Amino acid sequence: MRLKIIVALSVLSGLILAWNLHTIFLKIPDELNQGAIFRIIYFHVPAAITSFTGFFVAMFCGVGYLVKGDLKLDAAAAGITEVSLAFATITLITGSIWGRIIWGLWWTWDPRLTSYFVCWLMYVGYLMLRNAIDEPNTRARMSAVLSIFACIDIVIVWKSIEWWRTQHPGPVLSIRSGGGMAPGMEAPLWYNLIALLMLSAVLILIRMRQQSMQREIDSLRRYAHAF
Amino acid sequence: MNFLRQAWAVAAKDLRSEVRSKETVNASLSFALVILLLFSFAFDPDAEQVRQISGGLLWLVFAFAGTLILNRSFARELVNDCLDALIASPATGAQIFFGKCVANYTLLVAVECVCLPIFAVFYNVKLPQRIALLFLVMLLGTWGITVIGTLFSAMTVNLRLRELMLPTLIYPMLIPALIGAIQLSTVLLGNDPLGTENQIWFRLLVVFDLIFTALALTLVEIVLVG
Repeated sequence: MRLKIIVALSVLSGLILAWNLHTIFLKIPDELNQGAIFRIIYFHVPAAITSFTGFFVAMFCGVGYLVKGDLKLDAAAAGITEVSLAFATITLITGSIWGRIIWGLWWTWDPRLTSYFVCWLMYVGYLMLRNAIDEPNTRARMSAVLSIFACIDIVIVWKSIEWWRTQHPGPVLSIRSGGGMAPGMEAPLWYNLIALLMLSAVLILIRMRQQSMQREIDSLRRYAHAF
Repeated sequence: MNFLRQAWAVAAKDLRSEVRSKETVNASLSFALVILLLFSFAFDPDAEQVRQISGGLLWLVFAFAGTLILNRSFARELVNDCLDALIASPATGAQIFFGKCVANYTLLVAVECVCLPIFAVFYNVKLPQRIALLFLVMLLGTWGITVIGTLFSAMTVNLRLRELMLPTLIYPMLIPALIGAIQLSTVLLGNDPLGTENQIWFRLLVVFDLIFTALALTLVEIVLVG
């Protein structure tokens, strides 16, 4: 059943992404001031939202583990964090490429960029902590606590655009006040978000499947050593 | 009241142990002096440049020196399984944690109080007229470092690479508090007017301290006991 869901979601996200690439590169005109490079926003913003969503869902899985003690929830939290970190890396790289063209800099210590990088480092630390602990229950407990702490920092990142003066572009989506994109240009961004969320769900399900197999192999190995 | 009494028992034990051995404070202080020396090679410390980066230098020294104190906080309990005995004692996880926090905070503030005048002498910085405000910033910023550092010290105490893991985990987490403390310290050390635009950093420090103290007290039982 899970395999069928993985295949269905992969096909669906692949189709949406292919359709979107067609729209983004062949139908939408260049932006007046930025030229062709503005198209990177169609991957930068959805990847950022996907990573934030993942980090928060991972925190809830961690809280779920602390309440129920089910290791499956911890496996879900770990899988979601790994995939979200990959999307966070995509966000940093695409942002950096855009910054090189528009600002003339690969990187600037703008508060939002800095905060996002801080978040990225925290989740790298999360994975390092997980790798350093062998005992599954201790690993799950510590990871859940770290995830809760890290999510509080994400809130500061999310609010930082309002708190600090920043050279990062203002909000571009119409759901936030001051949204600056034309309606026809905004739609592919939302479709890309849906496609990336589906893609992340596929990757998370595959990762959870791998972890479940790993647990099975470990238990068989222990069983074999016992005799 | 009982909470504070138990916490104080843990804090007094740690402080008494440190006063007798002085190992952590001496190491932390020596490390702080080495960093202050190294900074002098990293840039040419003329008056204007130091004025602009004084807050950053000071808080980097505090953060680096603080890690040494925080690293030892729970690690010193590993000998003779003292940590297990401490957890099995009538004191709750929150009381042990709060006691450890108070001890670490006292030691870190003591190291900072020694470092500040040395920093002023080495880099020819005039201590500000509003030294009470600078002290308030030090107290608020240090509490943020202490509360997160102590919790993560408990989390990493049983890891082989704890000396490496603790700074890797806590520095990113401390960035908001460090930014606030650095901004305010730079303004105060430069004797610049503390305008309304800097009030947000005070608020950030207070909110950061409150949120993470509450969170740490809530979660420490899970970290220590399970």
